[in-house]
Amino acid sequence: MAALRVLVGVKRVIDYAVKVRVAGGGVQTQGVKHSLNPFCEIALEEGVRLRERGAASDVIAVSVGTRVCQETLRTALAVGADRGVLLEVGEGAAVGPREAAAALAGLVGRLQPHLVLLGKQAIDDDCNQTGQLLAAMLDWPQGTFASRVELEEGAVRVEREVDGGLETLRLRLPAVLTADLRLNEPRYATLPNIMKAKKKPLEIIPASALGVPLPLPRLRVLKLEEPPARGGGQRVQGVPELLERLRSDGRV
Amino acid sequence: MALRGAPRVAARLLLQLLPPRRCPAAGRRGIASCIDPSAGLTEEQKEFQKVALDFATKEMAPHMAEWDEKEIFPVETMRKAAQLGFGGIYVKPDVGGSGLSRLDTSIIFEALSTGCTSTTAYMSIHNMCVWMIDTFGNEEQRRKFCPSLCSMEKFASYCLTEPGSGSDAASLLTSAQRKGDTYVLNGSKAFISGGGDTDVYVVMCRTGGPGPKGISCLVLEKGTPGLSFGKKERKVGWNSQPTRAVIFEDCVVPVGNRLGAEGQGFSIAMKGLNGGRINIASCSLGAAHASVLLAQEHLTVRKQFGEPLANNQYLQFRLAEMATRLVAARLMVRNAARALQEGREDAAVLCSMAKLFATDECFAICNQALQMHGGYGYLKDYAVQQFMRDIRVHQILEGTNEVMRMIVARNLLQG
Repeated sequence: MAALRVLVGVKRVIDYAVKVRVAGGGVQTQGVKHSLNPFCEIALEEGVRLRERGAASDVIAVSVGTRVCQETLRTALAVGADRGVLLEVGEGAAVGPREAAAALAGLVGRLQPHLVLLGKQAIDDDCNQTGQLLAAMLDWPQGTFASRVELEEGAVRVEREVDGGLETLRLRLPAVLTADLRLNEPRYATLPNIMKAKKKPLEIIPASALGVPLPLPRLRVLKLEEPPARGGGQRVQGVPELLERLRSDGRV
Repeated sequence: MALRGAPRVAARLLLQLLPPRRCPAAGRRGIASCIDPSAGLTEEQKEFQKVALDFATKEMAPHMAEWDEKEIFPVETMRKAAQLGFGGIYVKPDVGGSGLSRLDTSIIFEALSTGCTSTTAYMSIHNMCVWMIDTFGNEEQRRKFCPSLCSMEKFASYCLTEPGSGSDAASLLTSAQRKGDTYVLNGSKAFISGGGDTDVYVVMCRTGGPGPKGISCLVLEKGTPGLSFGKKERKVGWNSQPTRAVIFEDCVVPVGNRLGAEGQGFSIAMKGLNGGRINIASCSLGAAHASVLLAQEHLTVRKQFGEPLANNQYLQFRLAEMATRLVAARLMVRNAARALQEGREDAAVLCSMAKLFATDECFAICNQALQMHGGYGYLKDYAVQQFMRDIRVHQILEGTNEVMRMIVARNLLQG
């Protein structure tokens, strides 16, 4: 079976353990700890495992964002990607799923990978759209919420976690897959790999140079606020009173 | 009869009132602050620190209380750490080490220590022993011992202290009598970290006359006839590593197990300790950092007299002092690490200064953090007491802080 070229998308997001605060109408990101999106870590781990099994020859980590995203790519290289590509956008540019998918589509045109692995969603916006949009832009098959990936000759068998249970699809390559939680358990970078990562190539390409026009932003954030502070609870005497309260509070 | 159930009910109510136990390793809001340990590091060092912090948070912090309470030597977890390269951090790669610098090592131990200080401290002792074999051993010894130690398939112990010689280490009595192409050891070592559970023992013993010049360094393996161990000591902290006496009774060791030349043993021991002191100081830094974060969180959450503790200027000032001293200690340790890496003449005395300063300051920080927790700080449900207990001994071992003062004074008055 011919070895594949695999593209793995990695997004730099606020670390999962951080208590996010809203300041000045937006999420406070200045000075806040960022890391590699956990679902992207899982996608990256899958890519590295494919290469270790001999199914993939080349694992390329790609990120769409400002220059600081290089640190995320360095982490991806330390985990095991062979090279990194930063599709750079200007400071302050809004990169949502459409913009990211368009930039990735442009890179796909240039690199011609056989497989694109993304996380199912980013933990900052929880959009769960980039993989699907990318597949549509490329007119490729998609296997989202992947919990198991098996390569076959010219195709990939994907087990998906869907609302009804587990669905298995066979997709012809090239294809876009998005990783769900149970696909694998990501490895730690090892000290030797961190040192090797220094020598791996990291290319910076302006996103606008890819030949796929980045769409104009169509979303405008009207309001952003923290959830209301948790109020106290109240004791009820029994089920009838509970139902009465639920009805009068308009929840039922 | 209602009285009988009352204490149990009261205990349960009390538990419900306790703030939930928090994972000490994760920063509260992840907001970059004045005590950020990644400040001033290179990109690569930040990656080392990241993986060590990750490992500490996921693999160590959830277990540190259990390891302490049940006195578990977490062999499997340490082997996992070794797979990432933490078994021989500053050992040369040709025998399985990671070949990193002393500063990289300090950063890594500081990060790991936020997960479990006691276990990290043992790992630092293990690392010191592997380095000694790597640096002073011949090719055969390096290839025989280092690979399995770097992978932590085997564990090591450093044996210098004896019942009759602690600070006065050069007066040690364990004798190694030359008999043909073997040495026969007689004597005992005290307070040996890992003793009885570890596989490789780096032993300083007397092959010549009195004083430091008569001391040589031998490597022994567990199972050697005549090598036995005392009872496991019961300690205030460092409970995730066993501590025992190591006893030699006509213990026969091949001459080929001697590191370096006869009479070189004390020098080897002291050179090992230079790095060991930076590592122990780094462990103190990690514990203090974790304690400051715990105190910071507690001050914001706990309310008394109608407002959060953090509104009190006294506590704000104490917290600021803790942070300031933590950063000062960290700078001392990293400065000493750089000096040692560069082989500077002042490296040894800087290591002593760093160990003295950091272990004292960090204990004061952990102690103060415990105080800020009030009664909760005294309960084993809360991590702050374990950090305090675990780093208390750092002021004593690898050279007491009094001996550190001797070294600095000698440098000033005789140098």
